[in-house]
Amino acid sequence: MKRLRKFKNVEDLRKTIQQQEATRQQETKKVITVSSGTCGQARGSQKVIEALKKAIKAEGLKDQVILRITGCHGFCEAEPNLIIYPDRIFYQKLTPEDVRTIVQETIKDGRVVEKYLYRDPRTKERAWYENEIQFYQKQKRIVLGDNVFVDPTSLLDYLAIGGFKPFLKALTEFHPEEIIQTVKKSGLRGRGGAGFPTGVKWEATRRSPGDIKYIICNGDEGDPGAYMDRSVLEGNPFRVLEGMMIGALAIGAREGFIYVRDEYPLAVRHVTQAVDQLYRTGLLGKNILGTEFSFDLHISKGAGAFVCGEETALIASIEGRVGEPRQRPPFPAQKGLWKKPTCINNVETWANIPLIIQNGAEWFSSIGTAGSKGTKIFSLVGKINNTGLVEVPMGITLREIIYDIGGGIPEGKAFKAVQTGGPSGGCLPASLLDLPIDYESLTAAGSIMGSGGMIVMDEKTCMVDVAMYFLNFLRDESCGKCISCREGTQRMWEIVKDISEGKGKPGDLELLEELALATKDASMCGLGQTAANPVLSTLRYFREEFEAHIYEKRCPAGVCKSLIRYVVIPEKCTGCEACKRACPTQAIQGTRKDVHLILYDKCIKCGACLEACRFEAIEAQRDEAIIIDKEVRL
Amino acid sequence: MITMKINGVEVKAEEGWTILETAQFYGLEIPTLCHHEGLSPYGACRLCLVEIGEGAKAKLVSSCTYPAEEGLIVHTDTRRVIKARRMMIELMLSVAPYSKVIQDLASKFGVTRMRFTIRNEECILCGLCIRMCAEQMDGKAIGFQNRGYQRKISTPFDIRSEECRLCGGCIYICPACQLRCQGPQAETALCNACLTMDPTCLDYYDELQCWMYDAGRCGTCVREKK
Repeated sequence: MKRLRKFKNVEDLRKTIQQQEATRQQETKKVITVSSGTCGQARGSQKVIEALKKAIKAEGLKDQVILRITGCHGFCEAEPNLIIYPDRIFYQKLTPEDVRTIVQETIKDGRVVEKYLYRDPRTKERAWYENEIQFYQKQKRIVLGDNVFVDPTSLLDYLAIGGFKPFLKALTEFHPEEIIQTVKKSGLRGRGGAGFPTGVKWEATRRSPGDIKYIICNGDEGDPGAYMDRSVLEGNPFRVLEGMMIGALAIGAREGFIYVRDEYPLAVRHVTQAVDQLYRTGLLGKNILGTEFSFDLHISKGAGAFVCGEETALIASIEGRVGEPRQRPPFPAQKGLWKKPTCINNVETWANIPLIIQNGAEWFSSIGTAGSKGTKIFSLVGKINNTGLVEVPMGITLREIIYDIGGGIPEGKAFKAVQTGGPSGGCLPASLLDLPIDYESLTAAGSIMGSGGMIVMDEKTCMVDVAMYFLNFLRDESCGKCISCREGTQRMWEIVKDISEGKGKPGDLELLEELALATKDASMCGLGQTAANPVLSTLRYFREEFEAHIYEKRCPAGVCKSLIRYVVIPEKCTGCEACKRACPTQAIQGTRKDVHLILYDKCIKCGACLEACRFEAIEAQRDEAIIIDKEVRL
Repeated sequence: MITMKINGVEVKAEEGWTILETAQFYGLEIPTLCHHEGLSPYGACRLCLVEIGEGAKAKLVSSCTYPAEEGLIVHTDTRRVIKARRMMIELMLSVAPYSKVIQDLASKFGVTRMRFTIRNEECILCGLCIRMCAEQMDGKAIGFQNRGYQRKISTPFDIRSEECRLCGGCIYICPACQLRCQGPQAETALCNACLTMDPTCLDYYDELQCWMYDAGRCGTCVREKK
């Protein structure tokens, strides 16, 4: 890495940005971009990078290619992947062994290696280039898109894509009030979930009396299956920091905190390095670029409590107290960190700020719907072909995300529900697939935008089981202050657990509903107020499934272990012994080419046989024995 | 002075008062278990819920922590409030069924069913003892441990704390654990005896000795019934 020097003044920085941009544009070398966020690394990107370095060296191409190790490209399904610029050839699911071929064929000889290209699961066609891939086509990647072009550990790389131009613009051309007006006009709303207008929050903090003000970046992302904030912090930390610096200018804050969970070691490392580089270049600290503006940034590591994503709990956590929410008002904008006016925004919100300043409020508000502007990043996970981070304009329908971008449900199964908004969100059924996504429509449908988790479920998912899973998460993550939330989630979990075990009784659903509404109404913070959503939304859209569990002691999806047993369908069984090998308890009997049999006293219902069977010869059926037993007891 | 409306009546509150304090000043009764004048407000028991605002924006807040605000519209006993309050009592009853205070609340607010499995923990985690110890006794010997359903009150590392002077402040202030329900059905989860009680004190005194909210405190009628 080039040694960084201190920028003397505004002109100096401006010149460096121009230089970097020019160098980037005139670049003639081929650039190999390897996605290496946490997810990429988990799937072996580091080994691929090592192999790549070796191969480049071995082929003597060291001066002809640039290897850029970036954050997440968003396409998790295809990790580890690389894109070769300027052609934008996209290779996916690589192993260290594949790399040599790629370097020899594509880099040296300019030929595309077909077998590493992305293959559309539906059309079975190979896509040569990144922009041909359906996953990327319908997205509008204004925040995530730059991840591909920057090495997150290099400030110069960030400057080369026009980084810190927005900051310079805000510093030299804008009055703080003008910045706030621009953000207000853009219609940007908090990306953390509640969707409070960002500009209004900034204005309130600015107007609050007091000399000392703080800004906080909320990177405490705790939803199961959600990792938008992590990827932004990992892939483009400077964008978030720049957003915070612009926010500090506008609000009049001199100190800021980045609250990031310690379970994101790579994000912590990249942000720490970024802050360090900004200090070294004089972009943070006292009298930045020789102006009056001074700003300090601290990194505060969270210990992984879900509730600390709630702003007052987060503030308590930074102060060193137990992460417990408190009553608002006073709002953090009035009395926040150490009782000083504090503006707290989500990672994604901060990352949007430089774009708004650079491109103007009109540009931003031209994207999205009447009430919700801009784009939103969702982490599309679960039973979906193209798992990954998708950034889409507000107002896009669920169908477009799931079928066009996500590529539909694997193995030709039917779509059942999509869970949005993390554990406090709700499950939306197939009838709502054409729902345009924005803050209001999701709330009206009984879910929330949340920070952007999107879990797709297929027909083999039991909604009682889903509700139980989320309740189990919430009863564990509730801080326990309000009895409504602590006992409410616990009791709801107990009831749903009983239902899933076939112990449900008439009246359970009514009690569940009553309790859910009370929990929603009586709790103090957002966690408790939304804790009932998994129950209420599943009850609203999948009530018959709950009823089947209670009255018929039947799990329609064949998931709830207490209500099913696995049986071999003799007509379909080929006697291949695949299930027999998969069974951990030797509960399957049968010789080769003979119909197998499951011994029920040995079967622990793990479902391994079901997964192993390629002929759909194993089925989860209603367990008659247990039902009779239960009915007698009832 | 802050002017606001509680139950349709215009009231004035001093700067810094909470809704609960204002209501109490005007003699309006709002039930609460985790609030104490001498301690900082906490908002854990959710009994002091009131409805603020009007129409679609109306919401429930704990009056012990919500500051009195100019022009605020408060209703202390709407259907929504009562419903939530009853559920809170039912939840508390399910963890501390032998507490007389909670049994009395159940009777008073018409909680006639207890539909949850009993977990006899005798503690509703209102946090009064912790605040008493820290704020009045300057001890900080006890505190909350864990979170969510595993939350409990204990000393650090579950061993006897050196900070503890055995002053008994925590026991003194506990609303749940000290008084045992003495009613005829005290052994069941929901006694409700006070609900149908025929006060026998009139046989002995010229004046009724207790009202609903103090029912059975003297214990006379209950003993007589036995």
